[in-house]
Amino acid sequence: MTAFVIRRLMQAVLVVFLMSLIVFFGVNVIGDPVDMLISPDADQSEIERTIRALGLDRPIGEQYLYFLKGVASGDFGNSFIFGEPALKLILQHMPATVELALVSLIMAVILGIPLGFIAGLHPERRLSRGIMAASILGFSLPTFWVGLMLIMLFAVTLGWLPSTGRGDTAVFLGVESSLWTRDGLGHIFLPALNLALTNISLVIRLTRAGVRETMHQDYIKFARAKGLPESRVVGVHLMKNILIPIVTVLGLEFGGLLAFSVVTETIFAWPGMGKLLIDSLLQLDRPVVVAYLMIIVLFFVIINLVVDILYSALDPRVRLGDRDA
Amino acid sequence: MSGPAETRAETPFRRFWSEFRESRIAVAALVLFTAVVVLAVLAPWITPQNPYDLAQVDVLDGKLPPGSKAFAGYTMWLGSDGAGRDLYSAILYGIRISLTVGFAAGLIALMVGAAVGLVAAYAGGRADALIMRAVDIQLSFPAVLIALVLVAILGRGVDKIIIALVAAQWAYYARTVRATALVESAKEYVEAARCLALSHSRIVFRHVLPNCLAPLIVIGTVQTASAIALESTLSFLGVGLRQTEPSLGVLISNGSEYMMSGRYWISFFPGLALLFMIVSINLVGDQLRDVLNPRLKR
Repeated sequence: MTAFVIRRLMQAVLVVFLMSLIVFFGVNVIGDPVDMLISPDADQSEIERTIRALGLDRPIGEQYLYFLKGVASGDFGNSFIFGEPALKLILQHMPATVELALVSLIMAVILGIPLGFIAGLHPERRLSRGIMAASILGFSLPTFWVGLMLIMLFAVTLGWLPSTGRGDTAVFLGVESSLWTRDGLGHIFLPALNLALTNISLVIRLTRAGVRETMHQDYIKFARAKGLPESRVVGVHLMKNILIPIVTVLGLEFGGLLAFSVVTETIFAWPGMGKLLIDSLLQLDRPVVVAYLMIIVLFFVIINLVVDILYSALDPRVRLGDRDA
Repeated sequence: MSGPAETRAETPFRRFWSEFRESRIAVAALVLFTAVVVLAVLAPWITPQNPYDLAQVDVLDGKLPPGSKAFAGYTMWLGSDGAGRDLYSAILYGIRISLTVGFAAGLIALMVGAAVGLVAAYAGGRADALIMRAVDIQLSFPAVLIALVLVAILGRGVDKIIIALVAAQWAYYARTVRATALVESAKEYVEAARCLALSHSRIVFRHVLPNCLAPLIVIGTVQTASAIALESTLSFLGVGLRQTEPSLGVLISNGSEYMMSGRYWISFFPGLALLFMIVSINLVGDQLRDVLNPRLKR
């Protein structure tokens, strides 16, 4: 087990190192670093001064080491637009994104599990077929287009919900969030639903498959034979046993939600780190882009590392199989 | 079809087709997709205007709702966009670009992925372990994230988007081909080919590869659909194709600024076209998976 963890840790460090290489050489070799790292309004003397200050006149290897040193101490340089450290900007925008991802995860569970139960318990009903067809659509519909249509329907035509921004936030238990105010809840509903769409479909399919498989297990038959009410059989015996794969998959999907929030945040003008990334890309604010990419890579590497280690702790076949690979 | 089918000799293709058409939905999806491709190819001859020829576009026609008459006399059944382009024409031209990018990216990713997967399976040992570890690591990141990293580095434009899509997708092909090729390489015909002292490249590409085609085709359809979706997403975000390469994603993006004033059609119809394309490819892919999967053979 220890050897496995160490090997995975080394691998994680290697991946982060490789990504730093790709991002650094991508920005500095393929693109023109002067264009990318110096604000376009700078005059000639200012450009020369900045080139020296950034060390762009040094050999590329030395520059990379300098960059690594900065990354290691959390210094990605200052944003051209905001004039603040890039890392600080991203950390400021992170809570909004995490909040959105969490709410959409909860939505996926609240909507997906009951619908999946209906489709799994009565597969022949017309309603169940409708749910399954809708879940195929949920996978195929382009997220950004659905977002636009949600705005069109609920914000423009019906006027029920606001379409942009985060609304009022309040501080409760030391956490600032839109979840604590009515206005904020109204603002988060549409973007969270938009982001949850694929995961609702996923949960429906997982629940349905789980229900249909578990229904015929002996312990369910036994529970029925004991004369337990149907609500208890379904709500406790069945539910407990299908939740494990759903929780596992949703845990893995959380990282994907953070990545996909780029799209949703842009449509709904949600002030999270995804919108910050797109704004920075469009305004050529390179330090912020580099910082975002490195942080999200780090995030994913950590998620994968934790999942890998948890899996190997739970299922010995994983780490045994790894030995001969 | 002429004559009764029973009198014909059974060829692999006919057997495949008779199994494929068992699903009416899949056949309908295939017809829909073919129709979309034909419309897109014929776009210059069947649209009332070339939306990118400035001489044919009139700004006064801008933002007209569906069914309005254009200044030039024809009816704009799907309305017009902010610059006065007929949306029906713009969508057909947009599909051409979306399909070209999707197919090109899908095909290149397929070739790269298949080559890597074959090499991994055939070489085995350390090379295999190294390649598959790289594939695993890449697959642990969402494709949209990898594509975003690359467009951030490379910039915008058709060629760059294709590179980004290929980089985001090759690993799926590599993993599939490697799994199939591993099974195939252990079979007797490969052993026979080795005994004949055929060259490695001949064995890999002429003997093993043809037997890995079925899963490649299945995954190719699904991945092409997701390449089209990914390109439109990037273009919508403004980091994909440029305004001069107006794919469906660019059209939707242009329309989104008119959303708030209730002019839904500028974004709605291009999105619908995109949806039809993606759903029909996915449904065809689903049926292909059922037909081509040897484990489900009756």
